Amino acid sequence: MPGGLIGKKLGMTRIFDSDGLAIPVTVIEAGPCFVVQKKTGAKEGYEALQLGFERRSLGKLNKPGKGHLEKHGAKSGFKHLREVRLKAEGAFEEGQEITVEQFAIGDMVDVIGTSKGKGFAGTVKRHNFHRGPMSHGSMNHRAPGSIGMSAYPSRVVKGKKLPGQMGNARVTQKNLEVVDVRPGENLLLVRGAIPGPRRGLVFIQKVG
Amino acid sequence: MERVDQLAREQMRGDLPQFRPGDTVEVHVRIVEGDKERIQVFKGVVIRKRGGLAGASFTVRKVSYGVGVERIFPTHSPNIDKVVVLTRGDVNRSRLYYLRERRGKAARIKEKRTPFA
Repeated sequence: MPGGLIGKKLGMTRIFDSDGLAIPVTVIEAGPCFVVQKKTGAKEGYEALQLGFERRSLGKLNKPGKGHLEKHGAKSGFKHLREVRLKAEGAFEEGQEITVEQFAIGDMVDVIGTSKGKGFAGTVKRHNFHRGPMSHGSMNHRAPGSIGMSAYPSRVVKGKKLPGQMGNARVTQKNLEVVDVRPGENLLLVRGAIPGPRRGLVFIQKVG
Repeated sequence: MERVDQLAREQMRGDLPQFRPGDTVEVHVRIVEGDKERIQVFKGVVIRKRGGLAGASFTVRKVSYGVGVERIFPTHSPNIDKVVVLTRGDVNRSRLYYLRERRGKAARIKEKRTPFA
């Protein structure tokens, strides 16, 4: 199997294992995905599969999207398309269904998602800077303070932690253990937290 | 969220008796030592119950050799063999933290009087 799948984060709960320990798990609605396009070393220069997730009628797509899908013989459109790289050319066909069954309990996976956006955040929130005293005449509350030296180097060093956009960025959470797989409901349970809000789109990838 | 709640409900156990803060209970805990398994009993007053589907928990307080001991149990843990309710307490709040400041006679809890019981 390709080792990758598109899914949706549903939320977190806890599961008791056979020793009676409570394991925090994230529930992901993973797949079913369909192979839309096969990319080959001969044609595109690398081996990959383009997967489609969440059906959507072809009429709802824009013309380039519709054209792309029709070219590959898809009967319906998809809301999301993502690519999985393959190590070698596998026996996949366009239109083939890819499900959570490719994952087994105990597998390690990476989960890629978009973190929750926090907007333009200051240094206290974004980089855990200390804040100044709030009273006793203090005029420095949440300001970053000095950001560098004087005549030398006469500039701010590269990589200086400053205010800016926080969150809403692509985040990969690596090495999460698969706790349970439920092919009937297309559910995947992984240990620990994953990036993004509930209903956020995630990509699950087998480690290695 | 409903599907997550459904999953959480699968984890929950319905075999424990109903009990409330103020009740005196015996919690029989399964303890695994190496390859042997035994049951340990923790007896005390329930001073708190927390909800939250599979994440629910309750706290039992007892005074052991003059030292107050509190233990928090995950309500739905399979390590709880059983819970035996010894007495029903008549209390006026759901969190009995005030018991921590009391010793001996002052820490008693009135028993609930039920008609025809």
